[in-house]
Amino acid sequence: MNKIRPLAVLAAGVVVSAGLAACGGGDDGGSGSGPGYNSAIDKIVNTSDKKGGTLRLADSDDFDSPDPGNTYYAWSQNFARLYGRGLTTFKPAAGKDSLQVVPDLATGLGTPSDGGKTWTYKLRTGVQYDDGTTVTSKDVKYAVERSNFSDELQLGPKYFKQYLIDNPTPYKGPYKDKSPEGLKSIETPDDNTIVFKLKQAFSEFDYLVGMSQTIPVPQAKDTGLKYESAIVSSGPYKVDSYQRGKVMTLSRNTHWRQDTDPIRKALPDKIELQLKQNADDIDNRLLSGALDMDVTGVGVQAGTQAKVLNADQKPYVDNPYQGFLRFMSLNVNVKPLDNVHCRTAVQYATDKVAAQSAYGGPLAGGDVATTVLPPSVDGYRKFDLYPQKYQSAGGVDQATLDKAKQELAACGKPQGFTTKISARSDRPKEVAMAQAIQQGLAKVGIKVDIVQFPAGDYFNKYVGAPKYVHDHGIGMMLMAWAADWPTGYGFLSQITDGRAIKPSGGNNLAELNEKSINDAFDAAISNTDKAARTKAYGDIDEAIMKQAVEVPLIYAKALLYRPKNVTNAGITLGYGGMYDYLNMGVTK
Amino acid sequence: MGPFNVLAYIIRRLIGAVLMLLLVSLVTFGIFFWMPKLAGQTTDQIAASYVGKAPTAEAIAATKERLHLDQPVVLQYGHYLKGIVAGQDFKAGPEVDHCPAPCLGYSFRTSQPVLPQLIDRAPATLSLAAGAALLWLVSGVTIGVLSALRRGSFLDRAAMVIALGGVSLPIYFTGLLSLAIFSYNLKIFPGGGSYRPFSEDPLHWFESLVLPWVTLAFLYAAMYARLTRAGMLETLGEDYIRTARAKGLPEKTVITKHALRSSLTPILTVFGLDLGLLLGGAVLTENTFSIPGLGQLAIAAINGGDLPVVLGVTLLAATFVVLLNLVVDVLYAAIDPRVRLG
Repeated sequence: MNKIRPLAVLAAGVVVSAGLAACGGGDDGGSGSGPGYNSAIDKIVNTSDKKGGTLRLADSDDFDSPDPGNTYYAWSQNFARLYGRGLTTFKPAAGKDSLQVVPDLATGLGTPSDGGKTWTYKLRTGVQYDDGTTVTSKDVKYAVERSNFSDELQLGPKYFKQYLIDNPTPYKGPYKDKSPEGLKSIETPDDNTIVFKLKQAFSEFDYLVGMSQTIPVPQAKDTGLKYESAIVSSGPYKVDSYQRGKVMTLSRNTHWRQDTDPIRKALPDKIELQLKQNADDIDNRLLSGALDMDVTGVGVQAGTQAKVLNADQKPYVDNPYQGFLRFMSLNVNVKPLDNVHCRTAVQYATDKVAAQSAYGGPLAGGDVATTVLPPSVDGYRKFDLYPQKYQSAGGVDQATLDKAKQELAACGKPQGFTTKISARSDRPKEVAMAQAIQQGLAKVGIKVDIVQFPAGDYFNKYVGAPKYVHDHGIGMMLMAWAADWPTGYGFLSQITDGRAIKPSGGNNLAELNEKSINDAFDAAISNTDKAARTKAYGDIDEAIMKQAVEVPLIYAKALLYRPKNVTNAGITLGYGGMYDYLNMGVTK
Repeated sequence: MGPFNVLAYIIRRLIGAVLMLLLVSLVTFGIFFWMPKLAGQTTDQIAASYVGKAPTAEAIAATKERLHLDQPVVLQYGHYLKGIVAGQDFKAGPEVDHCPAPCLGYSFRTSQPVLPQLIDRAPATLSLAAGAALLWLVSGVTIGVLSALRRGSFLDRAAMVIALGGVSLPIYFTGLLSLAIFSYNLKIFPGGGSYRPFSEDPLHWFESLVLPWVTLAFLYAAMYARLTRAGMLETLGEDYIRTARAKGLPEKTVITKHALRSSLTPILTVFGLDLGLLLGGAVLTENTFSIPGLGQLAIAAINGGDLPVVLGVTLLAATFVVLLNLVVDVLYAAIDPRVRLG
């Protein structure tokens, strides 16, 4: 016995330490009473104007590119505002207020003319880059040209290219077209004015110019794909270094002036963003106080969820909507789903609660959905055209299943039918969701075979290619969608406007092409009355649901953790339900 | 054997190594560039993977041209080899970027030249692998020898049980556990993501690598302890050991000069292979401790389908394995006089 005593002591020590580790929450972590669970969802918490310190951020991956003209990630757009100022941006606020677009580099929102086809912005005077030179409207024009028209910068959205009038000879971008006027539909009559001329009326142009692609880039400093390593800053911070896969560090831009920037507080002295960090270790560091924020804003890992819901940690947790809808598209060109009654039967018989459980439950997965527009998007209206009831023991109740059977009879398939459902093979939760749906539909005789495709090719090669879908009889397709800008048009047009159907790489998987809906999109986006647009989006959502082509499954949610060291933490819906980084600070 | 013969042997092996690397590059290139086409992927589909979230036909066409994906695979391989001997140009935007020879191409994801990335990442992997290798070799061999000398004792049994644990527990478990205990609770060592290059801060470099070294060495030391123990037990039963003892040689001399020296040969072989593979990237350890080394680069490249980077890491790893095998073969002669190079 004496021989093993030291070992026993060592083992006990390790077990106790491991127990401590499992509980998380070191001295500097988030244990104790905090602002409260979900408190940052609709208000900024831990408000402070205290300057100084280093804001320590981490990401389990990397930017697509930190170049504001070559990025699409929501968190990257959120973060880029620390070193760049676009014409407009989302108001630094929490909840619904964060959906509001406010002027940033511009003095005000755009002035529309020509029925909403021309938009004019005036730039603030005195805004300087970190090298001390003055920002001009020509730099904004150049930034839009390089990001939307060059062959090299392909990672960001191309909405300006889509909506701006092209030159008589198609414009090839500033790297090929060296003419001084560049894209003629962007005019810069003076250094403080910029005018955009569009092909069609577009009432939400203020949202488009809020994307990071209007962050100015001086032509003389542009190095194309290498610009990400030498970004010129127009925001309160300059980029000291960016080492791909390692770290990005920011420090104060001494040429930034508070009097030119009414929306930023610029609190920390330094910001350090560590890249390619172990995801589980990021959570441990957040809980121990060694890190201030997981910058991607997609929530803690599965293994950490139980820890952060402990009584000690829960006051530092938020469970916001992430702007995503997880849903199932029913293809109108795959029999028998070309019949609305068969689609309606699927609406009633789909076990959404089982799908929710498969995706992580109400906290990590999200709320059961009944509309295509999620609650975090402007235009959302609560309704349910296919109400379901569930048995206490689980599963859709018999009365709801009977409605599904009635619809199957009306479709001419009283015994049900056979089709395929697709999911991404490298997303186990999505596959589990397909399995849950498969089991639910079997109760009314709808036999579904699951087909799996890799995420990288899902849209380009498989479900986004109508011919493949038709040839292989894939009637149901699982996908998730978030808007590039949080309005009904931004969310719905790419997935339900018939003109968004493409030979491959499309997102309108249902191939819905209803003239009345297409026309409603055109009418809404040309309407300058915001309230009328908001109502129209709710109407379009309802019209889509009447076609029964999309089965909404989950309004995605995530568990986000905000350590107590962080000040001014608030959930911005403008960037899809993550913390707003614009005015974030630290207590030490 | 004279020094001239050794030199000739090394030159012959190096020529063989170059041919081997050429073969590795050909096979790797084929796997990543040719196989997708055999599996039915079109160049448009391959190019679309590198266009981002808005793969328009125009963008795909531009990307195909920029990355040479529109060329036959044989020509692409030729272009790759030409880059190694003559350098390569790359259109980065307003100017054309030149990558001097030996150029291993440009990343499909980041548009950065591959070789500087490998050179940038190599010190972190080298730091991790060298420190851990030293630890596991010393501790593994010491424990193995002691276990063999005290066969059946408590020390032997305990060491072998711990060794079994070391072999069985994956690094992402022991690594995260050690971070949770020693970094975030006891706060003895810096946490994950704290690695700094030796050239920036030697003390921090050392502190940040202690846990990764120990974690990685724990795994390998376990294997080496078992290997050494088995080798020593076999050697200690040999007639020449009995003869040495009968001659009255001190036990220390018998063990170190006769038994251990003979047992080290197979260990050296395994060590060369292990270290060579690790230098190509200690994937799990680097990802667990967020160390920006070659392993982390390799994983990111594989996940992102970044073929030139995958190719670069593979070639570098193969180079390490080939070179370390050469070093081991040369060392054989030094350790065991019965071995002759030729």
